[in-house]
Amino acid sequence: MEVTINNIRKEFDRFPALNDVSLKIASGELIALLGPSGSGKTTLLRLIAGLDFPTSGKIFFGDQDASHHSVQERNVGFVFQHYALFRHMTVAENIGFGLKVRPAASRPPKTEIRRRVSELLDMVQLSGLEKRYPNQLSGGQRQRVALARAMAIEPRILLLDEPFGALDAKVRKELRRWLREFHDRTGHTTVFVTHDQEEALELADRVVVMSQGKIEQVGSADDVYDRPGSPFVFSFIGESSQLPVEVRDGTMLFQGQPIGIAEAGDGAGELFFRPEDVTLVDAPDALFGKVTACRRLAGTRIAEIDIANDGHAPYHVEVEVPLHAPIELGSETRFRPTRWKVFRK
Amino acid sequence: MIHNATASPAKWRLKRPSIIPGFGLTLGFSLAYLSIIILIPVAGLLWRTAGLGWSGFFAVLTDRRTLDALYISFGTAFVAALVNVVFGTVVAWVLTRYNFPGRRLIDAIVDLPFALPTAVAGIALAALYAPNGWVGSLFMPFRIAFTPLGIVVALVFIGLPFVVRTVQPVMEELDREVEEAAATLGANRFQTISKVILPGLTPAILTGFALAFARGVGEYGSVIFIAGNIPYVSEIAPLLIVIRLEEFNYAGATAIATIMLIISFVMLFIINLIQAWNRRRYGNV
Amino acid sequence: MSEDTRTALGKPPAFRNPADERPLAKILLIGLALVFLAFFLLLPLVSVFVEAFRKGWSEYYEALIEPDAAAAIRLTLLVAAISVPLNLVFGLCASWAIAKFEFKGKSFLITLIDLPFSISPVISGLVYVLLFGSNSLLGPILKSQGITILFAVPGIVLATVFVTFPFVARELIPLMEDQGTGDEEAALSLGASGWQTFLYVTLPNIKWGLLYGVLLCNARAMGEFGAVSVVSGHIRGLTNTMPLHVEILYNEYNFVAAFAVASLLALLALVTLALKTLLELRFGAGAAGGRH
Repeated sequence: MEVTINNIRKEFDRFPALNDVSLKIASGELIALLGPSGSGKTTLLRLIAGLDFPTSGKIFFGDQDASHHSVQERNVGFVFQHYALFRHMTVAENIGFGLKVRPAASRPPKTEIRRRVSELLDMVQLSGLEKRYPNQLSGGQRQRVALARAMAIEPRILLLDEPFGALDAKVRKELRRWLREFHDRTGHTTVFVTHDQEEALELADRVVVMSQGKIEQVGSADDVYDRPGSPFVFSFIGESSQLPVEVRDGTMLFQGQPIGIAEAGDGAGELFFRPEDVTLVDAPDALFGKVTACRRLAGTRIAEIDIANDGHAPYHVEVEVPLHAPIELGSETRFRPTRWKVFRK
Repeated sequence: MIHNATASPAKWRLKRPSIIPGFGLTLGFSLAYLSIIILIPVAGLLWRTAGLGWSGFFAVLTDRRTLDALYISFGTAFVAALVNVVFGTVVAWVLTRYNFPGRRLIDAIVDLPFALPTAVAGIALAALYAPNGWVGSLFMPFRIAFTPLGIVVALVFIGLPFVVRTVQPVMEELDREVEEAAATLGANRFQTISKVILPGLTPAILTGFALAFARGVGEYGSVIFIAGNIPYVSEIAPLLIVIRLEEFNYAGATAIATIMLIISFVMLFIINLIQAWNRRRYGNV
Repeated sequence: MSEDTRTALGKPPAFRNPADERPLAKILLIGLALVFLAFFLLLPLVSVFVEAFRKGWSEYYEALIEPDAAAAIRLTLLVAAISVPLNLVFGLCASWAIAKFEFKGKSFLITLIDLPFSISPVISGLVYVLLFGSNSLLGPILKSQGITILFAVPGIVLATVFVTFPFVARELIPLMEDQGTGDEEAALSLGASGWQTFLYVTLPNIKWGLLYGVLLCNARAMGEFGAVSVVSGHIRGLTNTMPLHVEILYNEYNFVAAFAVASLLALLALVTLALKTLLELRFGAGAAGGRH
């Protein structure tokens, strides 16, 4: 099911939680809504589900305007952050609930419901646990029950709110891979909300980066990491450092001095670069500062460098250095970004 | 609370070691006080009952008047608790879910039966529900006060906060997401309430019922004014105990008291069972 | 702008949160609850005052200063003044032992403390009659020593202590269990003595819960009827508490006087409720558990 979101605006007590958001979700796509808390990602998910209604704007399921349909009529599978399982029902009763509450005309017979439930239990690899109650399950198992319950109604679209948020790190990784496989197998259009960029980048076909009620960038993992479209995306995804620079006659100046980088288009701006896109140089036209700390990070070493700022608090940047590079604390180091981006003021 | 009581024997330990002082003193005082005020007097009652012997006990128990009084006490308490389950749940729902002018005040007034002396409640209800009272006159010629129905009215008054205050906190804890989940699965509001919300509240409602029932069975002050106290018709068991005492029929009073105590303990046991069962199954209180 | 208006018009009439009832159902439920509460709680309360003032202020006033009524008021205050502090000390001791230590038989002890809640007030009085009555074991011994308990103030106090026994402990135990032993251990490690720890650390932490318990305990102590009725002997001016006096006046068809004394007790209940609500609003002290 293709979903189109047109100029959605949502206000809570006059405070805009979403501001003119538009997005097209292709059928069968796995999409991540990524952003810090308060960015509006969960609000957007709830609007798609029909759990909230937009202040203005429209949402289309295919070419059908969903604005007129209540949540019951929309037929969406929603997996809540804390699963929202019915705790007085067994696993099987939870999964079969959506079929049991259908109007008599479209309700499948009992045996059919039972068959569907055991099929779904198989699919989420929980066969044998149908008689358990939710509080007798582990976090990962509850998560999968919630997913099976949402799938039972044969939803047109699957929506997941922070699906791995309440799980510990190891289970989270396993389930992440499992969800990817599950999606590839069932081919459902799926939207999930997360604040964990690693999760979004690894799992999603496309990542929607949101901030303060707006979409900052939509793109593949490579797009948003390698070609960030805004200062927010650059600093939110991955590690980065930033410095105020000025471009004059095709060269970049920092504190009035050239730093050995060519850049087109004159004017002031903000230079962004990632720690790994830096090389140490031994030249006068480069950035330089004092190494204040050095720490090991997995297979690399990160040096923290303070660049003097004329009596103000120094600029703080982080650069990746070779593992065996002779870096001494307090020594002066010179470096240049090899890949960067300047956002104009 | 200065003394330290950690000198415990090597193997069997009354308490887990702790650096906090005062265990011996506070527990000692508590046990002594508990024994003097509660345990010894109640044991005395049971001792007296044992003195009656089985035949004496049964003679009192099988007396028509005793049986009728017990039947009236338990029957009216049961009906009143049922009424309270229905209306108490509605009141709790309205208080937790809706915002309306005066909600705070209503919430506070629900505790009135806890705070209002039972005798005051008794004469007020009697005056109100008497054939010439404000409410009683509305229902004439149907009589409320001075019939078993009057007893039910008094016990509804007494038991209401037990149901509301047991159900209300559980309702407040209800997760809105669960109701939203039901909605996304296609359930309409009625289905959500009857299949999702109410079953989740059942243990609390049962507990509230049991508390209101137990309290109603033993209630005295608020009932005797409105009941009419006609033997075999509207005479409650606690009143019969008082009457037997006034006749210096200690054996009769003791036997009725003991049977009521036993039933109360059974009720208490059932309440604990409900809660334990609930905790085990759904993992909540 | 025009786009906005169109969307607004095209929307279903009024958006309803899926976890909400229809407005009509809401109004019906609120109405049902209000009518029920009016009939069972509000009207009885109002009628107490209406009946008390039926014949005007002067009759009301007369009923309260009449010697027997005044004696009943004094006795009620005396009984509360003795039994509330007793149960306060017990409540502090029991909750300290139960909440700050792990020991065998703890849950059984808690059940025993709750016992008076599940015993009919009449039985609470009866046990003392059986213990101290003329045909009991203790009765004759006490009588030979010139000590009277039954049909006298000591009996009334004992019966009141019995029925109000759990109130303070019941309020404090969950509160102190929640607070754990960390604060006390910190104080002790800083060199405070046991008393100092209790006085400067524990007591400030539980003071609102304590006040709450005392409030409920006091309301019940002043209002207890069944238990006191059994042990008092109904001697006018001597062993009549206010609730007993209300009963006597009522049975004598002296309704105005009965309701006048009752109105004082109702006032006490209202003050208790007001203070209780205030405590809950400001300090969230122990959400009124269902067992009072």
